[in-house]
Amino acid sequence: MADNQEKISANYKALDQFIEDNNYSSHDLIAVLHEAQRLFTYLPEEVQRHIAKKLSIPVSKVYGVVSFYSFFTMNKKGRFVINVCLGTACFVRGSDKILAEFEEQLGIKCGETTEDGKYTLTSLRCVGACGLAPVVQVNGKTYGNATVETVKEILAEYQEQ
Amino acid sequence: MVNIKINDIDLAVEENTTILQAARKLNINIPTLCHLSLHVANEKNHNSSCRICIVEVAGRRNLVPACSTYCQEGMDIKTHSLRVINARRTILELLLSDHPLECVTCDKNGVCILQNLAQKYGITDNPYKGELSKDNTEEGSIIKRNNAKCILCGACETVCSKVQTVSILGHRGRGFKTTIGPAFELSLENTPCTFCGQCVSVCPTGALTQTSSIGKVWKLLSDKTKHVVVQVAPAVRVALGELFDRPLGEVVTGKMVASLRRIGFEKVFDTDFAADVTVLEESHELLERLKEKKNLPILTSCCPGWINFIEHQFPDLVSIPSSCKSPHEMFGSLVKSYYAEKMGWDPKDIVVVSIMPCLAKKYEANRKELSQDGLKDVDYVLTTRELGKMIKEAGLNFNDLPDEDFDSPLGESSGAGVIFGSSGGVIEAALRQIQYDLTGEVKNIEFTNLHSLDGVKISEVDIAGNHLRIACASGLGNARYLLELIKSKKDHFDAIEIMACPGGCVSGGGQPFHKRKLSKTIVKARRDGLLSEDRNKSIRISSLNQQVNTLYKEYIGEIGGERAHKLLHTVFFSKEDE
Repeated sequence: MADNQEKISANYKALDQFIEDNNYSSHDLIAVLHEAQRLFTYLPEEVQRHIAKKLSIPVSKVYGVVSFYSFFTMNKKGRFVINVCLGTACFVRGSDKILAEFEEQLGIKCGETTEDGKYTLTSLRCVGACGLAPVVQVNGKTYGNATVETVKEILAEYQEQ
Repeated sequence: MVNIKINDIDLAVEENTTILQAARKLNINIPTLCHLSLHVANEKNHNSSCRICIVEVAGRRNLVPACSTYCQEGMDIKTHSLRVINARRTILELLLSDHPLECVTCDKNGVCILQNLAQKYGITDNPYKGELSKDNTEEGSIIKRNNAKCILCGACETVCSKVQTVSILGHRGRGFKTTIGPAFELSLENTPCTFCGQCVSVCPTGALTQTSSIGKVWKLLSDKTKHVVVQVAPAVRVALGELFDRPLGEVVTGKMVASLRRIGFEKVFDTDFAADVTVLEESHELLERLKEKKNLPILTSCCPGWINFIEHQFPDLVSIPSSCKSPHEMFGSLVKSYYAEKMGWDPKDIVVVSIMPCLAKKYEANRKELSQDGLKDVDYVLTTRELGKMIKEAGLNFNDLPDEDFDSPLGESSGAGVIFGSSGGVIEAALRQIQYDLTGEVKNIEFTNLHSLDGVKISEVDIAGNHLRIACASGLGNARYLLELIKSKKDHFDAIEIMACPGGCVSGGGQPFHKRKLSKTIVKARRDGLLSEDRNKSIRISSLNQQVNTLYKEYIGEIGGERAHKLLHTVFFSKEDE
């Protein structure tokens, strides 16, 4: 737990540095939110309030931007983020069924995180690797030519971790 | 100048004139819905989101929004061609396709701009049926939000962020799921909302309305064990008439009193009486602070929206407002102490109802510190609009009622109490009193440069060797401007009056709806009503109010004394955001 607290304050410190480097400009709100999400993996209320204060803008504006863009999330992410591509090429090759299989195996819906905080399941639109369709990514590692059957294999890789 | 043609009529307009403005010069009515001109605050909401004002411009492929398209040389504009009418009808049908069609039970029934347009354009059978946005509604204790009725015009957001600078309301989400409300889907009560109610004033539909206490008040009125006493704020009497088709700004005090009596209130009193008490207490406080030359400027404390603002936005400055309760709260505590004793009533059996031009007063009445021995100073607050409804529910023909006088003794007031309802009035009343206290006479009864409708007014006066620098702000954005000056010590003032609503209480969030135009004409008319009421009063200085003097002699004792502090003063809190 103490480790966790340390990490959070380190994140705040790094975020403040980023904001300072951008001269506290409120025009850079989206860049700041990107950085914050990279650091914290998600944008909880406290982080948004912190950003609003630092940039001297209303928190309603920060929340407006966060809730507008699907990239930003207020849900804490798991240690492993599974992204199933639902872009056209992947979709026509059955990635919706792959997503459904992940949902089934993990017992969560797309966009949710497992209770133990291990996995987050999300979808995205095209990672630019259509030759490998359907594509699944786990924490940036790409799995090409995925099938409903390989879902189990992919998950098995992370079972022990 | 730019030469244009609207509906074949030639017109020359100045550059940077919108088609909408040009058409209005020719008395051509182009419907608007999202467009909002807050003339008093010099602020506009013109995001062209509703498209109802579209017109046809010769040579252009698409119809253009009149509110945000500027006139250009040679433009040939048609404001009601068949194409325009059909497009407007479709826009209305689409707006109504996801709108709950429960007009009969809606609080805005009859004053809803969407309803009004649907009627004008004859929308009787809508070919489009869509899903309603049901989420994020809030039945607050002061303001009700119903996002299903919201057309996303953004007027509330404009007034909240640009005029009042509190920025509670904002767009959330995207696409069909877009809603307007506080961040993190919080309820208004959990935000630094000041409850000024300006968002309710500008909402074109029933998406933002007030929570009504009419039902509870009717119930108490029929309870024979209760003494239900009513008081009316100054700004109500110059706006209530508008709900009964009377001219803008007409003073309807007499008919208002008559209607309250007929509704069944046991005593009909005037908040202006308590305003006179406020003047005595507040000017006493000012003179004390001037003597000690500390804790200046003194800030007025009668406006509960403003108090909410300073508590949240300037928590380090909460020691500078006058500690006076607002007049209607003073009134409430006096009724439940002084008047109760006089009448031999048990304070527990007294119900104090305030008729106010304001929504923040509803919030204020629920403040825990504004009570004595567990009894709230004021039990219920009704807005001017709610009083209008009660008069109609009671079946009274307002216009045929005789003029009646307030009950005595808490119904008597000086002209100084009357002008509390308009920006500049509270400070003017205090200046009259200070002159009288220091010199024994009042040379300047009116401070006309405090009467203007400007958002910030600065004035200097000399009274008996005291040079006073005075400021007034109305609208919370202007209040913020003055507070920043004080905080950074860039300017010095001795006394500052602040009202949350642009123009003061006359344009409060509880006043009759006026097609959302907080125009100078309306505010000026209501203000002039108050000024004329003041001029017609035989007494215009608070300390000459005999009933107030009796109150001090019989009950309170010294101005600023122990009992005065117990009954008439309060404390404010620093509410730094969590």
